[in-house]
Amino acid sequence: MTNSATGPLLDVRDLTVTFTRRGGPDTRAVDGVSFQVSPGQTLGLVGESGSGKSVTSLAVMGLLPRRSVSVEGHVYFDGDDLLTLPRDRMRDIRGRDMAMVFQDPMTSLNPVVPIGVQVTEVFERHQDMTGEAARKAAAELLDRVGIPDPGRRLKEYPHQLSGGMRQRALIAMALACRPRVLIADEPTTALDVTIQAQILELLKDLVQDTGAALIMITHDLGVVAGLCDTVHVMYAGRVVESAGRRELFAEPRHPYTGGLLASVPRLDAPRGAPLQPIPGSPTDVLSWPDGCAFAPRCPNRIDACTGAPPPLEAIGGRTLRCVNPLPTAEEVPA
Amino acid sequence: MSLSQVEAATESDQLEPGGANLRRAAWRRLRRDPVALVGFALIAMFVLVAILAPLIAPYGPRDQPGAGLITPTTIPGPSAEHWFGLDEQGRDELSRIIYGARQSLLVGVVAMLLGMAGGLVLGMLAGAFGRWVDTVVMRIVDVMLSIPGLLMAIAIAAVLGQSLTSVMIAIAVINVPIFARLLRGQMLSQRESDYVLAARSLGVRHRSIVLSHVLPNSMSPVIVQATLTLATAIIEAAALSFLGLGGADPSVPEWGRMLASTQLYLASAPHLALFPGLAIVIAALGFTLVGERLREALDPKYRR
Repeated sequence: MTNSATGPLLDVRDLTVTFTRRGGPDTRAVDGVSFQVSPGQTLGLVGESGSGKSVTSLAVMGLLPRRSVSVEGHVYFDGDDLLTLPRDRMRDIRGRDMAMVFQDPMTSLNPVVPIGVQVTEVFERHQDMTGEAARKAAAELLDRVGIPDPGRRLKEYPHQLSGGMRQRALIAMALACRPRVLIADEPTTALDVTIQAQILELLKDLVQDTGAALIMITHDLGVVAGLCDTVHVMYAGRVVESAGRRELFAEPRHPYTGGLLASVPRLDAPRGAPLQPIPGSPTDVLSWPDGCAFAPRCPNRIDACTGAPPPLEAIGGRTLRCVNPLPTAEEVPA
Repeated sequence: MSLSQVEAATESDQLEPGGANLRRAAWRRLRRDPVALVGFALIAMFVLVAILAPLIAPYGPRDQPGAGLITPTTIPGPSAEHWFGLDEQGRDELSRIIYGARQSLLVGVVAMLLGMAGGLVLGMLAGAFGRWVDTVVMRIVDVMLSIPGLLMAIAIAAVLGQSLTSVMIAIAVINVPIFARLLRGQMLSQRESDYVLAARSLGVRHRSIVLSHVLPNSMSPVIVQATLTLATAIIEAAALSFLGLGGADPSVPEWGRMLASTQLYLASAPHLALFPGLAIVIAALGFTLVGERLREALDPKYRR
């Protein structure tokens, strides 16, 4: 799948987002995150709530408020550093070259404006289409994302559509101008399980059709397994392990990744077998400069984990931020 | 995509018949609400009386059918001939009340529209531009709100001189900050909403976001406030004319002035205080009932 000849389309380097508060300590939500995506490739950004994955996506899209937030690092897209682009050029890129699908389809559509107006808005904004042409394009688009009877749906209001239909409409809006990068921020979290599968299938098909790069933000490892080529696992604002999907699932090295995988309930587990949660909660973190943020919850903790931040190291095709990783298959003592 | 078709089919069945947008749904709820219906009936009566005044009033507003019958101690009360009795100049009270509805309606509607227009402009400036525009506009609004409404209206009406126009302007001015603050608050909260973020993620321009997303979603409370403002404007107009700040021509009937001029005859002719008072209450009550019920019908918390 990966077309390495063309190089990465989106190259995020050392992205750091700090929220400043008057009269309070700064909060570093994203800390030196780097990743690359190529056309046609799907990248998973995985982590639990508060790990910084949504903030990462908003920063890449330039959607964070300018006040009381400082964004550092580089987001290269097409040779431009998006973080230094003037606001109006960034607005031109959003929706045309890069688009985003949000978590909650119930609130991401304007309740008092018909679906059609909201979809055609994108065409009017980026492709100078108006009137009948924009309406026809919108109907075709809804048809493409699997919304039956698009002509009628265009006239309807969001509350007349089910959650799955709304998410399809939002995906349609995001894909209207065939963006080259699509960021999906937990697009299935608010949906029923059956609808989740349809939406994921749809995203997969559309990305294949258009050759777009997809950044999938999720806490759901099932989504990652079904969709992503490479996976970056985030914890407390930093990437702790990144690898190809197969390598990661076959052999997690970071104890946090291992914990995530072990915590997924399995159908083939004996009945009555207890679930395997990661002990503690995401609030039990060490600040990164003092050591590994995961150390307070880590079963593999050793003395070297605290005192200094663990470096991000490349080990056999993956990068890992851990001083005492889980053993590989060969290393497992007999 | 067969699953999605099934989904679409089942979902269509759940739709309310003829279901369109939220406002239309609110309107449907309102039509089934007995309290709102009473309010509508009162408003309809008030408006019809005002429009049809020359047709339904038994006498003209300046006619004095009881010219010879009036002394300071005997002012005839309600009778078969004069349902609401006669006033201190021998004029038919019912006809005066009916004609007075025209002044009240005119002042109420114009003052509300002016006040709302001014308030919406200020509120939109503050809500759309934010930053220093917001700060400047909202400080002006705060200053206006810090002066008691009626006191400010009296001052404005007094400065502008005695005319119906001054009354309208005075009442409009005291309603400007109320609308401005309401709209700004609504716009600020809508600006944080998910669909605005979604629109921004598609590169939609600030102007379009404000005009086609933020504003339409901020209007529901404004409509409610406009209805309630009609009621208070009618009361405020009556208060101003009671205080002698109404229209310049004393022979044009105004409910507030009618109340004021009966003070001397309260003992001998209590009906002269009763009927204008009732008229004011009924007119204001109609708009208040509808406004309150409209608020509930539009409020998402009351839905479903």
